[in-house]
Amino acid sequence: MNKQARANGGIKATYFRNVLERFTAHKLAVAGLIILLVEIVLVLVLPPLLHLDPYTSDPVAFGAPPSAEHVLGTDDVGRDLLARLVYGGRVSLLVGLFSTFISLILGVPLGLIAGFYRKLPEIIIMRVADIFMSFPAMILVLVLVAVVGPSVWSVTLVIGVMGWPQFARLIYGNVLSVREKEYVESARAIGTKNLDIIIKYVLPNTFTPVLIAMTFRTAQAIIMESSLSFLGMGVQPPQASWGNMMYDAQSITVLSTRPWMWVPPGICLILTVLSINFFGDGVRDALDPKMKI
Amino acid sequence: MKTKYILKRLLIAIPTFFGITILAYIISSMAPGSPLDMLLADPRMTAEEIARREVALGLDKPVIVQYFTWLSQFLQGNLGFSYRTGRQVFTMISERLGPTLLLTCSSMVLSLLVAVPLGVLAAKKPYSVWDYTASGLSFFTAATPNFFVGLIFIYLFVVQLNILPMGGMYDTTGVRTYAMLARHMIMPTVVLSFQQMGSWIRFTRSSMLEVLSEDYIRTAKSKGLRWNKVVYRHGLRNALIPVVTEIGMSIPTLVGGAVVTEQIFNWPGIGSLMVQSINARDYPVIMGITVMVAAVVLIGNLVVDLAYGLLDPRISYK
Repeated sequence: MNKQARANGGIKATYFRNVLERFTAHKLAVAGLIILLVEIVLVLVLPPLLHLDPYTSDPVAFGAPPSAEHVLGTDDVGRDLLARLVYGGRVSLLVGLFSTFISLILGVPLGLIAGFYRKLPEIIIMRVADIFMSFPAMILVLVLVAVVGPSVWSVTLVIGVMGWPQFARLIYGNVLSVREKEYVESARAIGTKNLDIIIKYVLPNTFTPVLIAMTFRTAQAIIMESSLSFLGMGVQPPQASWGNMMYDAQSITVLSTRPWMWVPPGICLILTVLSINFFGDGVRDALDPKMKI
Repeated sequence: MKTKYILKRLLIAIPTFFGITILAYIISSMAPGSPLDMLLADPRMTAEEIARREVALGLDKPVIVQYFTWLSQFLQGNLGFSYRTGRQVFTMISERLGPTLLLTCSSMVLSLLVAVPLGVLAAKKPYSVWDYTASGLSFFTAATPNFFVGLIFIYLFVVQLNILPMGGMYDTTGVRTYAMLARHMIMPTVVLSFQQMGSWIRFTRSSMLEVLSEDYIRTAKSKGLRWNKVVYRHGLRNALIPVVTEIGMSIPTLVGGAVVTEQIFNWPGIGSLMVQSINARDYPVIMGITVMVAAVVLIGNLVVDLAYGLLDPRISYK
């Protein structure tokens, strides 16, 4: 290793240490991260460990309150609510993560193209992004899900597709400033291909804001999925989701006499979204204290 | 000069509007099953009768022709007839527009009334009790889906305390008074405002913080003005300018939130009509609502843009 490389390594190590220090200084962010990790472990480990079964009805317990046998009680058709809460958690996290990933792989290339090549692609892509952003996403998602047919995958896909303009705009704005920098100009002067410039110089410089936006988008996506499922247009029973577990609470009987059916999923939802947002907040403070989202 | 600015804004709004109509049309043409399916399922229907209905509904023509037919009809104010009720879509939507506008506007006003002062107080004294209250509230409201808040509210105020009506705009007695309307509005308005409160608090706070770091604030402070006066006289006005622009940007979220809120509280607005129409695959109504909402959102944005131009003299009418 020559001197220069070692110096670079040293700078990198210091940078990461600083980032880590700033992140751990944000106590709520650390708490958020821990809650999320615990949640992920629980939804993965609990089903095989406790032999949870979210689908089979208990014929002697319809809408039963919490008991030794069913720790969180059962729903109207006698399904164990602890099992449904855990499986619902899987669905919520899955939809949140996957749909954000879809928004990302659609939005990032489109934003790059618009910002880097300008001209016609820029006009078309950013205009379409404006159209998407100026329209209530909830209404478009509802219509789309109704057309495609509601299921976990269609909900993930639709929420994912609807999220692209956020990422495209973010990347676009960053590319516009990066492309004018001297190092890009010099790369161009020595004949570097456009694609190489994008991959080597433009992408790494837009990585931080995208990472931060991803956390907030995941939280949004989880709320959107639960709202859809609550309206009966999202994840369909018998499959469980935190949103559709609360669907029954639209009936006043369930709402007033069986709180164990709708309160736990609501609390899990709030806790999860809160943790993701705190985590995102911490990541932002750690990576880019000047940034505003 | 001003008319030129307004014209330019209008010209930008037009392609956006067409974009939305095309998007709405593409989506609904992707739909599996046609309204004829329901007729086909009816054993009393004969083949000729179905063919006649198909022609009457214009469903025998290619999609592009159908789009332009629909668009030209739309521009004449004719949104077609509901498959479900057989009534004019335009009438059905206009009946529902009032309640939705009432709900969305009042909840926007409420959320601004709570969030802006809180955001200003938080920015005025960072790390104070106000600041922590503001950021706590903003995180909490952002993380709570409005249907859950709605459920909690119904549980508390209807089931437990029984002091508020559960839903709708009026009682079923047939008597309609403003006092009754106000009582029915409380829960939906608060629930819908809850959803946006967080982002308004954060937004006002950061906008105010930015303004307070400007040179003219330091000048005002160093010439001996009281801090309160500096904040409210010199800071607030400038801090509110971006808040006004953000109002335009928040309209889509607000309308989206209204869908869920109206459904929970049985509010007779566009949102609950949308849910009913989607359940019934009533495409003329779905598309009518989509396009009407687009129009309302664009008009809202336009109004906000113009207000922005008036508030901030630095925005030139070029």
